Amino acid sequence: MIFFINCKGKLKEVAIGSRSKAIFFYNQSNYLCQKFTIHMLKVESLVKDFGGLRAVDGTSFEVKKGTITGLIGPNGAGKTTTFNAIAGEFPITSGRIIFDGEDITPLPSFKTFRRGLVRTFQIPKPFAGMTVLENLMMVPKGQLGESFWNNWIRPKAVMEEEMRIRDEAVKVMEFLNLIQVAEERGGNLSGGQMKLLELGRALMSDPKMVMLDEPGAGVNPTLLGEIVEKIAELNRRGLTFLIIEHNMDLIMNLCDPILVMASGQMLMQGSASEVQNDARVLEAFLGGVAEDGS
Amino acid sequence: MELLGVVSFLVFFLIQSSFFSLTSIGLNIQWGFTGLFNVGIAGFFAVGAYTSAIMTGPHYDDTLFGGYDLPVPVGWLGAIVVTAFVAAIIGYITLRLREDFLAISTFGIAVSIQLIANNMDQLTRGPEGLYSLPKPLEDLSASPLVDNILYLGVCIGVIGLVYWGFERILRSPWGRVLRAIREDEHAAMAMGKNVFAFRLQSFILGSATMGLAGALYANFIGFISPTDFLPIFTIQIFVMVIVGGSGNNLGAIVGSVVMWGVWSASDSLIAAVVSPDFQTQAAAARIVLIGLILVLMLLYRPQGLLPEKHIVSAAGRMKLKGED
Ligand SMILES: Nc1ncnc2c1ncn2[C@@H]1O[C@H](COP(=O)(O)OP(=O)(O)OP(=O)(O)O)[C@@H](O)[C@H]1O
Ligand SMILES: [Mg+2]
Repeated sequence: MIFFINCKGKLKEVAIGSRSKAIFFYNQSNYLCQKFTIHMLKVESLVKDFGGLRAVDGTSFEVKKGTITGLIGPNGAGKTTTFNAIAGEFPITSGRIIFDGEDITPLPSFKTFRRGLVRTFQIPKPFAGMTVLENLMMVPKGQLGESFWNNWIRPKAVMEEEMRIRDEAVKVMEFLNLIQVAEERGGNLSGGQMKLLELGRALMSDPKMVMLDEPGAGVNPTLLGEIVEKIAELNRRGLTFLIIEHNMDLIMNLCDPILVMASGQMLMQGSASEVQNDARVLEAFLGGVAEDGS
Repeated sequence: MELLGVVSFLVFFLIQSSFFSLTSIGLNIQWGFTGLFNVGIAGFFAVGAYTSAIMTGPHYDDTLFGGYDLPVPVGWLGAIVVTAFVAAIIGYITLRLREDFLAISTFGIAVSIQLIANNMDQLTRGPEGLYSLPKPLEDLSASPLVDNILYLGVCIGVIGLVYWGFERILRSPWGRVLRAIREDEHAAMAMGKNVFAFRLQSFILGSATMGLAGALYANFIGFISPTDFLPIFTIQIFVMVIVGGSGNNLGAIVGSVVMWGVWSASDSLIAAVVSPDFQTQAAAARIVLIGLILVLMLLYRPQGLLPEKHIVSAAGRMKLKGED
């Protein structure tokens, strides 16, 4: 018999032998739904206007689960705007965004975060008046102590969770060489340290997918090498990445596939060598603006 | 005799300071911790004052409501609940909007509340106000001084309780989110925090505290009318919080006592040295003086007398007490 499972609003067809198996599958449908979805992120005809300026112009692309996908393009190509649109920083003009099989187009940023999609900011946004440690500790989702009443009813449980979160934050700081500034205010960090703090907050959030906006900008090469390794390691454990970077070494070594954007449109996508040898890409980066963006 | 006079004055002064202190703590959670610019403080204070007055006051022949003669603590609880309710409605509508809308709308609300107090005779008796309000513990003695000392004790008890509660909740992950929202609301949202919900909670909590302060005031003075709740009160509270140290509850209390001291002293000074013909003009000079103190403070000690704590949450330090 043919059986349909409801996969987040869409019906998927599954051929199943018996009724009891069907019931089993029905109970597993959420799990199956996840398995069927090979795309972590799907962006369909995304458009974003700022007044008269079309920053993103009908971009479509996909990020497969388990990949480290790169996103490159000249300055002003619309990369950061695309991130903002996906994260729900502002309402988009038109288009659709599917994350892990679910339509997240209308969701504001705090809700996309809770679905497991975390992003860093190109221009760091630390909580300037808070310490590095507290910048990190505030991140994990669904903290008991974030509920006003839990602090009165279950203070012990809140404190225990705080200790766990603190330990985790200490680990992240150790990894990112931030431990010596643990109790320094976020606003007093150097530019590179602020980028690391951005990355640290993303690591604290236990996400399904991380969008990094120029993680390498202003970070010293040795540490950058370690960060690249860490990204690769997290990726091996199943975390999906989408990375904007101008540092071509980082992109070419780490990312596959690589998406190329220019003038708000998706120019092409492919492996590192395909991208490097593509005439359109060269033109976009070296000479003005690409004419055709299909 | 001299000494008794001084003591009486001091007690009276401290009681008045406690109304300001409590209101300042309320503003501190909104402005100091969450960055909410509430300029309708006088309005929330008035709602609390009128609520308690109506609930605990005697029966007046010319009002439709009120005269319930309820025990004073019930009136105070009522003041908290009603102010919280009013704040919830205002906050729900305005906190989603752009930041500056909160300022505009809270200012408008405070003006409206004063207009309501002035015109809704059946509830507030208009400009004539509500009088003969009961004062807790006043039957215990016949001496006004003892009465006042007892009332001061009550005020200190209430402030102590509120202070303890706020210190505790603000040092929690909940308070940490408030601080993060104050620092950067977009980043807080990107970290999954429902900024609107936290702001609403902070707004309600702070406003309810202002309402409680209003109730304490009403039952002490025993007579309230719309002129008690002018916009100057809002300005005074802001100056107190900024001078004391916004983001620090103890600072809010210290700032309140200090600035109320400055205000009262300038009052006495004007009464003593300025000829009666110019008293009103001289009274305006006090506002200039307050403004001057504010400017000097912002220039030379913007963090206030007692700066906010470097670390917000109790668990947010590298070495906790009892750890090595
Ligand atoms: N909030 C905004 N309001 C108006 N215009 C904006 C806004 N954000 C971005 N833009 C415009 O959109 C275009 C794309 O900007 P975006 O930041 O997405 O570029 P980018 O690809 O990230 O560039 P870069 O590599 O320099 O970071 C630019 O022309 C920019 O001026
Ligand atoms: Mg950018």
